[in-house]
Amino acid sequence: MTFVLSNPWLHGLVFGAVLVSVLMALVAFITWFERKLAGRIQSRLGPTMVGPFGLLQPIADAVKAMQKDFIVPKDADRFLFWLAPPLTIAFALATAAVIPFSKDVLAANLDVGVLYALAFSGLLAFPTWVAGWASNNKYALLGGMRMVAQGISYEIPMVMAALVPVTLAGTLSMQGIVEYQVASGWIIATPVGAAAGLLFLTTALAEGNRIPFDIPEAESELVAGPTTEYNAIGWSIFAASEYAHSVITAAIVSALFLGGWDGWWNLPPLLWMVAKTGFVFLIVTWVRWSLLRFRSDQLMALCWKYLVPGALLLVLIAGIQVSVRG
Amino acid sequence: MAVAVEAVATAPVVPTKAFVPDPYLDLDTYEADADLMTLSLGPQHPSTHGVFRVVLYLDGEIIVKAVPHCGYLHRGVEKLCEKLAYSNITPVLDKNDYVAPMLNEQAANMAFEKLMGIEVPLRAKYLRTLLAELQRIASHLLWLGTFAMDLGGALGGGTSVFMYCFRERELILDVFEELTGCRFHYNTHHVGGNRHDIPPGWPKLVHEALDTIESRLEAYLVMLEHPIFVDRTKGVGTIDAQLALELGLSGPLLRASGVDHDLRRDAPYGVYDLLDVQVAVDGGGDCLARYKVRLAEIRESIRLSRLLIDNVPQGPLSATKPLNMVTQFKAAAGQVYVGIESPRGELGTWLIASKDKPTNPYRFKIRPPSLHAAAAVPYVFPGHTLSDAVAILGSLDPIMGEVDR
Repeated sequence: MTFVLSNPWLHGLVFGAVLVSVLMALVAFITWFERKLAGRIQSRLGPTMVGPFGLLQPIADAVKAMQKDFIVPKDADRFLFWLAPPLTIAFALATAAVIPFSKDVLAANLDVGVLYALAFSGLLAFPTWVAGWASNNKYALLGGMRMVAQGISYEIPMVMAALVPVTLAGTLSMQGIVEYQVASGWIIATPVGAAAGLLFLTTALAEGNRIPFDIPEAESELVAGPTTEYNAIGWSIFAASEYAHSVITAAIVSALFLGGWDGWWNLPPLLWMVAKTGFVFLIVTWVRWSLLRFRSDQLMALCWKYLVPGALLLVLIAGIQVSVRG
Repeated sequence: MAVAVEAVATAPVVPTKAFVPDPYLDLDTYEADADLMTLSLGPQHPSTHGVFRVVLYLDGEIIVKAVPHCGYLHRGVEKLCEKLAYSNITPVLDKNDYVAPMLNEQAANMAFEKLMGIEVPLRAKYLRTLLAELQRIASHLLWLGTFAMDLGGALGGGTSVFMYCFRERELILDVFEELTGCRFHYNTHHVGGNRHDIPPGWPKLVHEALDTIESRLEAYLVMLEHPIFVDRTKGVGTIDAQLALELGLSGPLLRASGVDHDLRRDAPYGVYDLLDVQVAVDGGGDCLARYKVRLAEIRESIRLSRLLIDNVPQGPLSATKPLNMVTQFKAAAGQVYVGIESPRGELGTWLIASKDKPTNPYRFKIRPPSLHAAAAVPYVFPGHTLSDAVAILGSLDPIMGEVDR
């Protein structure tokens, strides 16, 4: 055991395998949770029939999706069409590697953890565009275009918002940022940190394709955006990666701004991390089921006119704070 | 409440519009270097409200030209009605404007009665007017739900509004079910009066439904009057008064363009002459104005329904006897036109009867308000993005069953 933990390669492999399995299982039940919550928000029950409280609904869904025939449209680019779903889930899950779940539970304590996470998060636009292009469908193409435009634009304020905790903590390592927060208070507790956290969450909503920023998928306009032509397990993988991305983003928000695994009452740090992630995900879901969608140009305007200057300002303030502190 | 007051109080303004789209734009003469994409929106599409197809020519995401195609739901209703006896036409017409079937029945039967010179008893008039107003509430609620869904998508806040609206609409359908035994295709109007009398306890049920709807309306308006909603609707899909009149728009669309016109007040039928109908007018002409006008109409219909339900007089419900045979009603040769204010505008029935066929109409023509709304598409879409197109189509609210007949 000590050998496994001390060897970085084996450590990464074991933790990665565990993390992916746990995350995928979690994602399945996160969909149940979201459907239940959406049901309650909309004054209906949500899934109730499969298993107690409909808990087995995600499994039923997955089995159904796997049984279905995966149809590739005649004029689609077969190779890219097949490639897009695995790429999406790979990029979505890769981000999880640097998330510190406690002092020891961490797949890879990278020195550039924040950069790594944001890079993979930004890369997610790429397989979506591949899917949109490969489908040879106009709705999918438009969706893919929107995804790229939105992904690239929102990457900028997102990175800058993440720069605030990085500047304050003086490290790019996720674990380092959490340890800084354990020592000198959560970043959300400072005004600049709170603003940056809000900004980060907003941009994360856009990156994660969630309402009010889900214009690439925009069911009412683009049918299903890049995933219009996908069905069966291909579509399920897209859906799963969207949820995985949401959950991981929630975890990143918790680590960067909410003190990560730090907590009170001697509860296990892992529990704190999971609770915080769940809380952020709850906010994201609640927002999703209560807001309408922006238009694509309004989305861009919001990003470039408000979020980017705002994020720049926050980085500046954080820098001044740090230099004053010495 | 703020919305209703504002919408009613606004004086009709005729907006001026700089950009007038050309629906017959020759795409060959459009900017030569533009890379246009043809996108066929519909007939199978989540937001075309049935089977409507619009061929869009997109420059990037901006619509350059829009060509609507209808007819996917054509059922030959008018021809069918010419083959049917007067008494058998009503159930067929329920399927026309399938969001407000009550009004279809009323429109046709009023035309038959006018043709045959039958005077409807006052009780039936009250009941018909009440049913029309209740149906208007249900129809506008369904519109609000689907419109929010167009703006917010099937997996988001839009669906929440949709669910709420359907929940409230359900109350109205319950009321109708209590009266007629049917939730939707009622077949309750017939020539000379109504078929189903008010059951005991029904007025109380109506009052309860109206109270619930009114209180919940306030609650979820908070959600709708969100900055995002206003951003998405304000200045989008502007139809000025002149264009609206030229297109033959009517109902909420016309009133949202600043033309103060409502058949309930201007050409009263039923017992509308006894009521003081407050007509909501808004000069904006955009999606937001159409939303405000419809919301104000829901409130007005709630008010009118309360007045009506408390004052239904006693008396016979029908001027004609129960049917023994389908050929009972015979009309003399002649022609009539009757227009009523359906939730979507002027629903007209034009009827010609000939001497050779006294039991059937010789020609039966429906003037559907939705057809004119759908005709506005090529004038309103150009210059907007694809997202706006969906919002505009939602706010125009064409019901394809009625457009295609």
